[in-house]
Amino acid sequence: MYVTISQKKSRREFVKKVKELSGQNLQLCYQCGMCSGNCPAAANMDISPRRIIELARLGLDEEIANSKTVWVCASCLACAVNCPRGFDLSKVMEAIRLLTLRKNIDHIRPEDISPKQRCELPQIAMVSGLRKFTG
Amino acid sequence: MSTKKKSKNPAKTAVKEEKKITARLIPIYIMGKRYEVPEGLTIMKAMEYAGYILIRGCGCRGGTCGACGTVYRKPGDYKLQVALACQKTVEPDMYIAQIPFFPANRALYNFAGLTAAPEEVFKLYPEMFRCVACNSCTKACPQGIEVMDTISALKQGNIAGAAQLSFDCIQCGLCTSRCFGELAQYHMLQLARRIYGARIVPRAEHLAEMVKAVNEGRYDRFLDELKQAKEDELKKLYQEREVEPMTAGEDWKPKDTRYL
Amino acid sequence: MSLAYYPGCTLKTRARNLEEPAVASMEALGLKLDEVPRWNCCGAVYSLADDDLIHRVAPVRNLIRVKKQGKTELVTLCAFCLNTLKRANLLMKEDVEKRDTLNDFIDEGIDYSGEVKVVHLLEVLRDDIGWETLSQKVKFPLRELKVAPYYGCTLLRPREIAIDNVEDPTILREFLKALGASPVDFPESTRCCGSYQVISSPDDIAEYARPILNSALSHGAEAMVLTCPLCDYNLGQGQKELAKKQSGFRGMPLLYFTQLLALALGLGPQVCHFELNHGSPEALLKEKNLLSQSRSLQPIGG
Repeated sequence: MYVTISQKKSRREFVKKVKELSGQNLQLCYQCGMCSGNCPAAANMDISPRRIIELARLGLDEEIANSKTVWVCASCLACAVNCPRGFDLSKVMEAIRLLTLRKNIDHIRPEDISPKQRCELPQIAMVSGLRKFTG
Repeated sequence: MSTKKKSKNPAKTAVKEEKKITARLIPIYIMGKRYEVPEGLTIMKAMEYAGYILIRGCGCRGGTCGACGTVYRKPGDYKLQVALACQKTVEPDMYIAQIPFFPANRALYNFAGLTAAPEEVFKLYPEMFRCVACNSCTKACPQGIEVMDTISALKQGNIAGAAQLSFDCIQCGLCTSRCFGELAQYHMLQLARRIYGARIVPRAEHLAEMVKAVNEGRYDRFLDELKQAKEDELKKLYQEREVEPMTAGEDWKPKDTRYL
Repeated sequence: MSLAYYPGCTLKTRARNLEEPAVASMEALGLKLDEVPRWNCCGAVYSLADDDLIHRVAPVRNLIRVKKQGKTELVTLCAFCLNTLKRANLLMKEDVEKRDTLNDFIDEGIDYSGEVKVVHLLEVLRDDIGWETLSQKVKFPLRELKVAPYYGCTLLRPREIAIDNVEDPTILREFLKALGASPVDFPESTRCCGSYQVISSPDDIAEYARPILNSALSHGAEAMVLTCPLCDYNLGQGQKELAKKQSGFRGMPLLYFTQLLALALGLGPQVCHFELNHGSPEALLKEKNLLSQSRSLQPIGG
């Protein structure tokens, strides 16, 4: 997969916002891939967690926006506890999600959850899902 | 303001003289514009005094229909207060706006098909789970209902609890107007109260017995007697009727026991 | 003696089979679980954004209620709720600025700065009662039932709130041994069940469940023990889907740790509500003769 890196595409503002919201120093990551290896959702992701960090610190928000990675993340924190640099990837995922949600663009709608599921799901599923996917 | 009528015929004892009424004028701000209104008026009366003709945001004028939900502030205080315009008296420098209607989501359902299960509410209002327990709804309720607690009860599947806590709700919609999660609390709670009343509360047995007795004709004779009674007789019966005293205990019985 | 207890919304409906055996068991062990008055939903997930305050309000409000009761410890059964409450508690202890803002906003009358200790029931069993004492109170040991201990995410991650070693947890192993069961360690015991992805990608849940269940089965487990109602739902639904997709796939009974506790303490199957469980545990328990209360008392190991 080729990604063009250029000054025109790199959004400094995006990098700044991600750093602010996540409280993480994106420069810490040395791309070892431990996170991708531990991630239980990696098989469902089009761009791996490791790659998301690289794209994020290059400010390539369009590539990230076109991927479903952050929406497939289950916030299990396996990446965060296993990272050799103590970098909390789950916070970066949350930051990227919030940059969309805070623009009042929801990822799911409550009415898209089937009535059967609404009856059977434990309340913690409904609460957590709506927290992560709606603004 | 004040008028004084002079009677044309001083000999007529039935003529009353209108008293002269004076009231202090106080300033209030309706949607940012300053008006001077007599103190002692309700917010609703004050708005009408100021020249507003209310065709929405006005209903029973008795504190039960929920049409006149009003939000106001006092100078120097950032806190928002709520009240019903028909109940609350104006105070100097009140900064007022009304919220006569709020486009809250109201689920469509066929009540006959609903059971008492808490999942019925989850199904119809899944956005209920967006509540973050911020308490803004409670702060916005003019009836003093602990709205956050009612939604908490619903999330826990406690429909009876939610129904009992929200008993005083008059559907004014102020809670929804302030809700972080965009919940329509008053619609959800109305559903809870409907389910509670129709499916959970035990039926009043004495009422069922009474209805049966009426249908079996136990009172037909008495009703026929009354229908055939003359006007004077009816007036006498009415004026001499026995009224159960306010302080009567459970074992009070009327002197005339024919109807028991 | 009583402990301030936070149930969480799910335990009052779908997960009555997690709560009721717990309440009965703790009563039998001399510790009453006292529900916090006027508790509200904790929010389930902990917000990961640095500037987010509104989503901390719900868990902090519950902690304030515990403080108001004059209690210093809060116990919870649901692993999801533990995670949120414990992390919110840590925030109130460590972040002065956020603490002040939250205290200002939450007008519950008193300020809070992390005075309450948030624990999971497993910690109470390990630290306050002790495995020795617990095993002595066991009336019907679980006859070496082969149970796979599944932790999921929320009890162990992030590191600052973990109730046990993050890489190699042993608390459930010790718990199972104390009850006379035979713990079956397996490598995927801390792998995520999919969590809230069940809402947006319900079709992916089977694939989250597959490595967890396969690993436990291949290591010889007859059942799996859980601490979280969402893990229960995801693994339960997941194994149903896998059985449809793949002929020959057999799942296994999923049990809550509190149900095993109640059975071992001799409180009987009625408090356990097995009808709410996935994977039909009753059949397995009957087969192992673990359901009958009228079994003659046997010494542990006999």
